[in-house]
Amino acid sequence: MSPKVRIKTLKIDGRDIGAREDETILQVARENGIQIPTLCHLDGLEPIGACRLCMVEVRGSSRLLPACVTRVEEGMEVTTKSPRLIRHRRMILELLFAERNHVCSVCVVNGKCELQSLAVALGMTQVRTPYRFPRFELDASHPRFVNDHNRCVLCARCVRVCDEIEGAHTWDIMGRGVNGRVITDLNEPWGESNSCTGCGKCVHVCPTGALSEKGTLREDAGKQRDFLPYLTLMREVRR
Amino acid sequence: MPIERVLAMASAQVEAESKFEHHIHVCVASGCLSSGSDRVLQALRDEVKGRGLENKVLVKGVGCLGLCAAAPLIAVFPEGTYYQAVKPEDAPEIIDSLGKAPIERLHCPTDRPFFQKQNKIVLENSGYIDPLRIEEYVARGGYQALIEVLTEMSPNAVIEQITLSGLRGRGGGGYPTGLKWTTVAKSPGTLKYIICNADEGDPGAFMDRSVLESDPHRVLEGMAIAAYAVGATRGYVYCRAEYPVAIDRLDKAIKQAKKTGLLGPNVLSTPFSFDVEVRLGAGAFVCGEETALIASIEGKQGRPRHRPPYPAESGLFGYPTLINNVETFANIAPIIRNGGAWFAEIGTRGSHGTKVFALAGKVQYTGLIEVPMGTTLHEIVYEMGGGIPDNRPCKAIQTGGPSGGCIPARFIDLPVDYESLREKGSMMGSGGMIVMDDTSDMVDVARFFMEFCVGESCGKCVPCRVGTAQMNDLLTKIIDGKATKHDIVHLEELCELLRDTSLCGLGQSAPNPVVSTLTHFRQEYLDRLVETDEEAAS
Ligand SMILES: Cc1cc2nc3c(=O)[nH]c(=O)nc-3n(C[C@H](O)[C@H](O)[C@H](O)COP(=O)(O)O)c2cc1C
Ligand code: FES
Repeated sequence: MSPKVRIKTLKIDGRDIGAREDETILQVARENGIQIPTLCHLDGLEPIGACRLCMVEVRGSSRLLPACVTRVEEGMEVTTKSPRLIRHRRMILELLFAERNHVCSVCVVNGKCELQSLAVALGMTQVRTPYRFPRFELDASHPRFVNDHNRCVLCARCVRVCDEIEGAHTWDIMGRGVNGRVITDLNEPWGESNSCTGCGKCVHVCPTGALSEKGTLREDAGKQRDFLPYLTLMREVRR
Repeated sequence: MPIERVLAMASAQVEAESKFEHHIHVCVASGCLSSGSDRVLQALRDEVKGRGLENKVLVKGVGCLGLCAAAPLIAVFPEGTYYQAVKPEDAPEIIDSLGKAPIERLHCPTDRPFFQKQNKIVLENSGYIDPLRIEEYVARGGYQALIEVLTEMSPNAVIEQITLSGLRGRGGGGYPTGLKWTTVAKSPGTLKYIICNADEGDPGAFMDRSVLESDPHRVLEGMAIAAYAVGATRGYVYCRAEYPVAIDRLDKAIKQAKKTGLLGPNVLSTPFSFDVEVRLGAGAFVCGEETALIASIEGKQGRPRHRPPYPAESGLFGYPTLINNVETFANIAPIIRNGGAWFAEIGTRGSHGTKVFALAGKVQYTGLIEVPMGTTLHEIVYEMGGGIPDNRPCKAIQTGGPSGGCIPARFIDLPVDYESLREKGSMMGSGGMIVMDDTSDMVDVARFFMEFCVGESCGKCVPCRVGTAQMNDLLTKIIDGKATKHDIVHLEELCELLRDTSLCGLGQSAPNPVVSTLTHFRQEYLDRLVETDEEAAS
């Protein structure tokens, strides 16, 4: 780490906090035990600010800011919880539940799903938005893994881990808007992918049951993500 | 010396043109081309040749003449007579009439406000020069500003004039151009880029296309001046692939400018070097957003990213990048030629200069107009546009495309400038202006734009990706007469969510057409609702 990094002081939810200038609001908040909900963010991956669950209020700014990609600034006053933020976060979750076919009771990661946990944590008790019920095929062509688009939230964690950590760039997103979906190679079946190394990192970073290991269910299907910060740390030390 | 060569080119062209007694200008911009103006051009040329008048009558293709509704248009000089809906068969009659009274049957009177109320700065050469010939651009003072900048002005002095002019970005946001140039100039580094945003994706908008088709050198000159001012050496024009005519003319213009020493290494034998390339967009509206556009040029997926860092600090390939709209660049050369103070005199206090609008919808005269900022909607619709056909009442005016809103007719005296439009819940946008009469269904209008946003949302952030789809479904439900008051509440919540939490301008402004129609035409929504169960029971 460069010794030139400056220290900034700011307030989060009324608490005075010190932070390095290269840190994001989310990092600093978590270091200080302040919880901000996130979905697309994962420690160790490049943040993209896509799910918009981490939006916070910053005094003096009429716009809400995504905590995962917003750097701290001197004198910033951040509010992480307000009626408006809570309303918006619940609504984003509702939109996600309604977008595809999230039927928890028959999902491999039921009880271990980040989307589900967020709904519980944020008190999203019902989905008022009509379900869209799109039709998606399941890709079980890979010998060890399954890709079920019905559970995908398009967080692009798989895309990023495969590109940034594994260096294979097997995953991508094809199509625009609600028609977007994750693909392997040039939209070929996963089992036929030439670039996939079979490392399974994508499965473990997937927040839902979209990517899973064959033959696992519920408790066994739990995902291990500790490898990521560990790998990143190793790389930083080497640098 | 290249500078003398350019000046000699200009005077030779002026002299060559003065030899002809009659000049016939045929519009060959896309609007007229689609009505067969290329055949009219050929027929006129054949007729002139057949009569052996090649040394007396000059027939040439020119850029947009403005009144696109009356295509194909031609203009005859020195009289300045316009003819509309010209067919190739009319060629003999037109040649016969040269120097005599105009042909009544084809005459398009130019004493109408449509022509008279315009103030052409961006379009000053449109309809006068052959866009394919650099000689004609130079003959009308083209590249003079670049010569002046390179030989007499410091980069700071250039930025000072742009700042003084008060020019604001014409791509929609209205960000002060001088300020943007300053930030790029101040960004450290020796490699910097200039990008001209010619993605123009708003439905119904064709201002930028017209500028590129009619006067491509003007945009290149603006980019070169900007490059000198901010210290950039490379430029890109990002143009949507759906504009083949514009791309072709731009390509040719770049080649001509390089050959003349106006682009490339050591421009006009000065230490300044600047190279321009054209990049094609694949027709995604979101690729007009600056960070998505940059990703697209880099060969990545055209998806916006969080700002900061802004392109001025970290843009194309991570280098400081200045990105401006076509029309913004088209304003640069005249500002340098006439001074920033001259430009600041035109328009209103907060919005200087002129704006080009694509006037469309329920007005008698549709087409491209350039008016001073602050011109009222009434002047545009009733005077220039000639009012609503069949004397129907005007209901609303839509500006700003899918990011804008509908301004109800009771605000017809509103001056058109950045602040006034925003105050009424719409925005300037890139210059689309659609006039609606009393037959327009405002809920339908809102759904039209929402449907557009559903198709164009990149899908990166959740509120825009799913929110636009849900709003579109809700609007359909209302139109189908199946919605209740709860659906309106839900619709309004979604509007707020998208505005507050979307990643880029597409999602943030996608609710605008809904919000503005809900504000000004709420009854049209309410009239379609059905009772809820509780309401029915009580
Ligand atoms: C969804 C979206 C689409 C846009 N499309 C265009 C466009 O087609 N042309 C354009 O010049 N600017 C467009 N913009 C604005 C650009 O991001 C950028 O602000 C502009 O090119 C800056 O140039 P200016 O300062 O000269 O206006 C768009 C913005 C958004 C959010
Ligand atoms: S966690 Fe910040 S946008 Fe997803």
